[in-house]
Amino acid sequence: MSILGGGIFKGMKVTLWNFVLSYFRRDRLTTNDYSWRPDGDLPQGIGDYPKEEGEQLSDTTTVTNYSRNFPMLLHDGGEPMDTVRCVACQICERECPPQCIYIEKDYDENGKYIKRPAVFDIDVSVCMSCQICVEVCPFDAIVMNSQFELSTPDRFGGLLVRRDDLLKSNDYYHQIHPEEAAARDQKMAVEKAAKEAKKKAAAEKAKAAAEKKAAEAAMGDAE
Amino acid sequence: MSLVLIDILIATVPLMLIFASLFAFTTWLERKALARIQNRIGPNKVGIPCTRISLFGLGQPAADGIKMLFKEDIVPRGADRLFHLLAPILALIPAMLVLCFLPLEFPWTKSLLPVQAFLLDGAVIFFFAITGLNTLAVFMAGWASRNKYSLLGGMRAVAQMVSYEIPLVLSAVIVVMMVGSLNAADIVKEQTGWNWYVFSPWGLAAFVIFFIASLAETNRSPFDLPEAESEIIAGYFTEYSGFKFALFFLGEYIAMFAISGLAVTLFLGGGDGPGLAAAPWLSVVWFLAKIFALIAVMIWLRGTLPRLRVDQLMGFAWKFMLPLSILNILVAGFAWHAQQQNSKTITVITWVISLAILYGTASGLNQLNRGSVRPRKYKYAE
Repeated sequence: MSILGGGIFKGMKVTLWNFVLSYFRRDRLTTNDYSWRPDGDLPQGIGDYPKEEGEQLSDTTTVTNYSRNFPMLLHDGGEPMDTVRCVACQICERECPPQCIYIEKDYDENGKYIKRPAVFDIDVSVCMSCQICVEVCPFDAIVMNSQFELSTPDRFGGLLVRRDDLLKSNDYYHQIHPEEAAARDQKMAVEKAAKEAKKKAAAEKAKAAAEKKAAEAAMGDAE
Repeated sequence: MSLVLIDILIATVPLMLIFASLFAFTTWLERKALARIQNRIGPNKVGIPCTRISLFGLGQPAADGIKMLFKEDIVPRGADRLFHLLAPILALIPAMLVLCFLPLEFPWTKSLLPVQAFLLDGAVIFFFAITGLNTLAVFMAGWASRNKYSLLGGMRAVAQMVSYEIPLVLSAVIVVMMVGSLNAADIVKEQTGWNWYVFSPWGLAAFVIFFIASLAETNRSPFDLPEAESEIIAGYFTEYSGFKFALFFLGEYIAMFAISGLAVTLFLGGGDGPGLAAAPWLSVVWFLAKIFALIAVMIWLRGTLPRLRVDQLMGFAWKFMLPLSILNILVAGFAWHAQQQNSKTITVITWVISLAILYGTASGLNQLNRGSVRPRKYKYAE
């Protein structure tokens, strides 16, 4: 049995260590000091953000591998809309707790559903970065981006991130979250292999059944 | 007549000045500590004006104050202008008023008014009576703003403060019972020589309950629901700007000092501490140091704990703290009678038994109130 209120003390220990070690260790003080001081005055390793006045920097290399800020849609390289993994199944749209995702399915000229989204909007001002869309996606199509500079002068249209801005390649994903991306690729490969094996087995079974049927028919003819 | 007036001024003006300047320092301290807890740097730019000397950002509170003074005072069109103006004043005055009942022994008041600014036999009662006014100010602000978020914040504040006032008062009852007096000076006198009430099982339990309830009374995290920034913007002071907002802020921090001061008086021995025999003026230093220790824990908790849900908050007050504080009064009553026997074995046995009863009840209540926690269920995904 754990001690009553022990969780609070455990949490307080964590914050105390953060507090104390932030005076001694660089990894406990991750904020960059964008100082007006000249570069020479800055301690080693402290960045110079922003480099010039007015410069917008959303440099995903300045954050750690574990930074997750806002969702993005993955595609497997080439023309984004040809290889997009999203099939507009709308599971994430329904599961999203603050309901910030809006999806419309894509249809070809004959009115036939092609598996990709025509519209995929996420409202930055509503999204709470909970990552539930990532958890529920059966196609590994939506993952978290670590881009953090999402401010805009337009508070209506500017805060709605459109499909084409959400689309990012798998290579980019490997760049920002290498471990997670590798694990996801492996998982997808395993799933694909399993699916193919299943397909193959089903095909063989069908083939065997057909052969059997044919043989039975032949026997029946012989009789 | 005029001498009395001078006496009162000598006793009260330093209080106002000391605590107002401590407020400025505390805002800096809080921002700095929270920043360090979150691996940030905190305010570090503002120091001495017109120079590049930053002094760890110690000029930040002054800069904030000046900014607040010069900001436009916006009153919403539909607001009740009179109450909108009165609310921040009403939030500040009770907090300032109760400072006068803290048993701070300033050296210069020794000859005029012996111990505290206002000697009052019912100081503890008066303290609770006046801090209760704070609820009115908060609801007044929420109501007068004519804003749904503000009104929601005000309503949350009323529910929360009324609920937590009960365990707060009930835990103070233990000390009053033990001393047999409501006078703050008497309570401190009873605890001289490390006989602090926090060093006993019932006193410790009462102190913990008192501290948690005081967090809720002053709207501090994790009980900051009335001003939850991420839920209802800033709650009851959404519609306040400029100096009225600063007054709310000041009132909140002064209330923190006041309630910490009461906790120090009741449980932590007031100005008691080492070195008093040689230098009696040290008692003020000890008193303020203990207040600051409590405030530091409040800041630390704010950096650690997430905000409670409304039902968790009310459940904690009514289902956990209230039964525990009532039981604690019974335990303390028996313990007082046992202590009258003047026998060491009986005292030790009382300590063990009361510790077991209190801890057992606390964990029992915890088990009873424990809801079942399930992993999140997805409705549409497989």
